Amino acid sequence: MDDFPPLSLHVPEPEVRPGGTPDFSNVPIPKAGSVPRPPVDVDPRDIRDLAFSIIRVLNREGEAVGPWSGLLSDEALLEGLRHMMTLRAFDARMLMAQRQGKTSFYMQHMGEEAVSCAFRKALEPGDMNFPTYRQAGLLIAGGYPMVDMMNQIFSNEADPLKGRQLPIMYSSKEHGFFSISGNLGTQFVQAVGWAMASAISNDTRIAAGWIGDGSTAESDFHAALVFASTYRAPVVLNIVNNQWAISTFQGIARGGAGTFAARGLGFGIPALRVDGNDYLAVYAVARWAAERARRNLGPTLVEYVTYRVGAHSTSDDPSAYRPKDESEAWPLGDPVIRLKNHLVRRGAWSEERHRQAEAEVMDSVIVAQKEAEKHGTLHSGGKPSVRDMFEGVYAEMPPHLRRQRHQAGV
Amino acid sequence: MPRMTMIEAIRSAIDISMERDGKVVVFGEDVGYFGGVFRCTAGLQQKYGKTRCFDTPISELGIVGTAIGMAAYGLRPCVEVQFADYVYPAYDQIVSEAARIRYRSNGEFTCPIVVRMPSGGGIFGGQTHSQSPEALFTHVCGLKVVVPSNPRDAKGLLIAAIEDPDPVIFLEPKRLYNGPFDGHHERPVTPWSRHPLGDVDAGHFTVPLGKAEVRRQGSSVTVLAYGTMVYVAEAAAQETGIDAEIIDLRTLLPLDLDCIVESVRKTGRCVIVHEATLTSGFGAELAALVQEHCFYHLEAPVGRVTGWDTPYPHAQEWDYFPGPARVGEALVRAMEA
Repeated sequence: MDDFPPLSLHVPEPEVRPGGTPDFSNVPIPKAGSVPRPPVDVDPRDIRDLAFSIIRVLNREGEAVGPWSGLLSDEALLEGLRHMMTLRAFDARMLMAQRQGKTSFYMQHMGEEAVSCAFRKALEPGDMNFPTYRQAGLLIAGGYPMVDMMNQIFSNEADPLKGRQLPIMYSSKEHGFFSISGNLGTQFVQAVGWAMASAISNDTRIAAGWIGDGSTAESDFHAALVFASTYRAPVVLNIVNNQWAISTFQGIARGGAGTFAARGLGFGIPALRVDGNDYLAVYAVARWAAERARRNLGPTLVEYVTYRVGAHSTSDDPSAYRPKDESEAWPLGDPVIRLKNHLVRRGAWSEERHRQAEAEVMDSVIVAQKEAEKHGTLHSGGKPSVRDMFEGVYAEMPPHLRRQRHQAGV
Repeated sequence: MPRMTMIEAIRSAIDISMERDGKVVVFGEDVGYFGGVFRCTAGLQQKYGKTRCFDTPISELGIVGTAIGMAAYGLRPCVEVQFADYVYPAYDQIVSEAARIRYRSNGEFTCPIVVRMPSGGGIFGGQTHSQSPEALFTHVCGLKVVVPSNPRDAKGLLIAAIEDPDPVIFLEPKRLYNGPFDGHHERPVTPWSRHPLGDVDAGHFTVPLGKAEVRRQGSSVTVLAYGTMVYVAEAAAQETGIDAEIIDLRTLLPLDLDCIVESVRKTGRCVIVHEATLTSGFGAELAALVQEHCFYHLEAPVGRVTGWDTPYPHAQEWDYFPGPARVGEALVRAMEA
């Protein structure tokens, strides 16, 4: 045994900590347009490379290039730009509302707007998302009223969830948005079950599961991939890799795997990696994966490479664990600015119209906020009733809950 | 009326539910082609096809997690966890998800699933084939928890559970699968064919959830029991000659408190028996409720006879299992107080 030195434990560390100079030189970024677009019925074994590359459409000059481009009209792109701008303005206002004590909590999407906004446009009515807490773009791009989102955030008398849920844990069956849970990863395997149910019922609808880079370490991630693979469930399994799980850099969850997408390969699931800050690329990949599912060709795993520009939540201060200016060094830029530049280059947009649109979007968010605040905020105005606290635990209230409701004086 | 074992009754309940409602799907480990390690799903895949009754990977969280997604879609999954001892990987899905989806979504999404799992000891199952984890579920608001003790109830309760709009944890005492068991392991086991509760209607019927049944009328002491312990209590009453009133709770959550209170106010004494370990077991909740609702009628401290606060042992099976002798002593103590 003398031949072996003592063992030592490897604990991964991010390249840079606070005070250091941001460095993403270790993140290889392929040229836009350089990754091929396989047919949707491709054999997963033939596209293993796609799990290690990054599908990108918009190049540095703002042009849409390569085989994944050419899917969206000017109108569709302008709509997408507006959705992302709306989500960003919504975030800004709700962040402020939290600081003003109008709600207890908020989580923003800064930098990740393209992922959920563009993905939503690849779905059909009736499809179901099983989102995390950072895909509100699915609601914004799906036409869910901002006032209802705010009513939920304010836990007011018009809150669709009757004040029972922490802010941003939205639910809308009608808009294909499954009830958000605080427990990470749980919904990833539920999405697979929903998709299996659609297949069992010979339906045409598909499901989408969502998970962050950190939560891929949960057992539910593994179970979801096993079941999706075994039953070839019509589901798109989305990993949003924003580099950070609160304070923990993605290397802790990823370990020795080259990429998160690569995890799909061991399950025989085609795995694609996409530039999460490129609205056109996200849409193109989402549509490819959705079409695969809809044609009963089975699941697809998609890793969206992006960066969490904002704090994890209103309870978090990222300057304690990463350089303050790290987001500015992120090589994939800002999804809103990149789409704006592309539209300007296309001749469909201008700096002036963009400034005007920013003001319009902010106005619409403020109008919605005023409307929502008429129904109350967390500590003032209208509230959900205490009776609502006892309802809905079961379809019918059992005797012990009736006794407790009586004790509570309602 | 046909005679059935509890296994046949459970299979019949699932068969009838699948036949009546195309939304009922059945899956779990070894549940499909093979028909289950206890035969509870035998023949169902042949009859309904493999998209309605199928085998799954060995992943309890995957089984329950996909069932929750299917329920959100609109199906009615009735899934199996091979042993209750193996439900823990699915605990997060059951507690954080199944139990709360209706509440947290204000009824937009619901979770009409049944999670069947064989439970209980008395079979030399050792640590991981003998547990009674019911208290881990009765503490969870939003769940219903059912423990049948005979073929008739097993069928009626299971059909009711499958038709119920809320998630139901359905614990099947595997010691009772083939016949009643009163704890006298030294005697030969009698099959259900020789027991009146083995008479099971071949068609559709339900036993309502949330309703207990008085299994033996008595005037001296109330025994609260469920599952295998119903028969142990019957044996203990017979052997001590104490005129016990034995209540089979059948559903632990929601609980039939009225039935319990009426009986204890009549007898003035109460002994609670369960196989599960003592500390923070379901018996503690029962004792607290009896104390709260029957305080002025009680003539003796509420007794509890349960498994010891140890993991379920193998060689010491009959020193662990609360048999008729231990229950009988508790009845005598209650009468002497």
